[in-house]
Amino acid sequence: MLKKKTVLIALLITAVVVILLAPFAGMKTISLHALLTAAADRMDSYIFFNIRVPRVLTAALAGAGLAVSGMTFQSMFRNSLATPFTLGVSSGASLGASIYVWSGLTLSITGVPGVSLFSFAGAGLAILFVYGITKMKGGFSTATMLLAGVAISFFFSSVILLIQYACDLTHSFRIVRWLMGGLEAVGYQPAINMLPFVLLGVAIVSVQVNGLNLMSVGEELAVSRGVDASKVKKLLFLAASLMVGGVVAVCGPIGFVGMMVPHICRLLIGPDHRYLMPATVLFGSAFLVVCDTIARTILAPVEMPVGIITALLGGPFFIWLLLSRVSERLVYED
Amino acid sequence: MGKIRQEKIIEIENFSFAIRKTGILRNLCLSIREGEYVSIVGPNGAGKTTLIKCLNRIFKNGKGQIRIAGKDLEKYSQKDLAKMTSYVPQANGHHFSFTVREFVLMGRYPYVSPFSSVSEKDEAAVEKALGITGTRAWADRRITTLSGGERQKVLIAAALAQEARILLLDEPITFLDPGYQDDIYAILKKVNLDQGITIVSATHDINSAVLHSQKIIALKQGELFFDGFPRDIMNHEQLFQLYGKPFSFVDHPETGMPIILPGGDLC
Repeated sequence: MLKKKTVLIALLITAVVVILLAPFAGMKTISLHALLTAAADRMDSYIFFNIRVPRVLTAALAGAGLAVSGMTFQSMFRNSLATPFTLGVSSGASLGASIYVWSGLTLSITGVPGVSLFSFAGAGLAILFVYGITKMKGGFSTATMLLAGVAISFFFSSVILLIQYACDLTHSFRIVRWLMGGLEAVGYQPAINMLPFVLLGVAIVSVQVNGLNLMSVGEELAVSRGVDASKVKKLLFLAASLMVGGVVAVCGPIGFVGMMVPHICRLLIGPDHRYLMPATVLFGSAFLVVCDTIARTILAPVEMPVGIITALLGGPFFIWLLLSRVSERLVYED
Repeated sequence: MGKIRQEKIIEIENFSFAIRKTGILRNLCLSIREGEYVSIVGPNGAGKTTLIKCLNRIFKNGKGQIRIAGKDLEKYSQKDLAKMTSYVPQANGHHFSFTVREFVLMGRYPYVSPFSSVSEKDEAAVEKALGITGTRAWADRRITTLSGGERQKVLIAAALAQEARILLLDEPITFLDPGYQDDIYAILKKVNLDQGITIVSATHDINSAVLHSQKIIALKQGELFFDGFPRDIMNHEQLFQLYGKPFSFVDHPETGMPIILPGGDLC
């Protein structure tokens, strides 16, 4: 009990420190001194407050959203490979966003940008497809679901290619660049666009932590303990679609965060979602901020899309997960 | 034997259940009184597990009626139903890495709201359940590190922490060594006697079933085959019809209850 609280506090401190320090790093290192005497160097101040801080905040939000949606899928389906990426939810969100760009629409509903709404709808659609296919086959199996996810993912990617082919060059370029997954933000608008989606998603999952604990043990056992499984599942699907849709609309499909972060957090703090959930939020934020800082600095002055860094880390992690005994301890599959 | 009250806590009337149009349970009519220790027996595929799962709504949409404490099963919210019935599933492959205490605490789900923290009452229920089942010594171990027998006790502890009036068990002693089997029966008898919890246990262990239960329900191909006193099913005619095999009987040296012996014509 004490140990878990200690881990949470350590994660909180880490996340805060990372978020505070990250804006100082970059193509041009900005010192605190330069910032405090900013009147003398308006350029530094502009880069710091209008480019770096918003970018770090965007990364922190995206990291939290992706990590929590990954945790939700993994626990709900008792499989460590169930993530927004493997279940085709990211591709769904990408397809939604691509359709929006292609359509040339510019709409927003009560301040929420159209691209986020389309992305959210795409994510939801992917979940419906994958879940529906798995149920149709009968005797719900996570193996079937992951295969359905891969199939949906391929299918949606092909549709995105088709859209790119069909649209004009500027739209096509926008889609390609965005599909690489990146956090290039100027100003606070991207973070603000993402905020309600991530907040709402995290809030829904937070309310369901006890139910998620039981779902992670087994759906039948959960029902017998009083969990209204179909209602809880719908809520969690909604939450995951909100988070993945909101994040992907702004940053593109950034892979593997949803798989790696919840796993590392389970190793750190155990499977109890009352602790795992806040740990995943904190670690997810810190993780993506660090990845993005690496992406911004490692090949400076060239900036890499952060998706490349997460994929480079994620590939080996995925293989380690498949081979290691740790996965046997963590995979809930029975 | 436990105090059996007159009130019927489970009433099943003309109940049928099908999975993909294949009938699993057919026209069941039976009732169980509060405080009874009931064993459900019958060959593989007779519908024992299905009946248990219909009683706690893991399986839904059966035809006919089930009433729990006089109220229609369908009218309970899932949480309220969980305050009436708790469940110990078949013991195969529960490899989750929660600690014993965390897992037993999860039995308190029907009593906690998302925003409240664990109350003293919850803690007390967990401690009591750990005590009755003799699992307190492992409370901080991960369930993955326990043996099959220890794990089964933890599953029972979690169900007891739920403080429901009916305990449903699906083959509680299958895969356990004789020592653990005995422990499990002792726990079940204790909660039945001391707390008046109604026990409904689906089992293949017919000898223990007749020794421990006040009532036997036998299912055969989804239909009610027998509903009555243990002594009345333990004869050649009934068991031959139920299992399609002849058995040798011997009277239990202490209770005089006829029980079946392995072997027979194979020896």
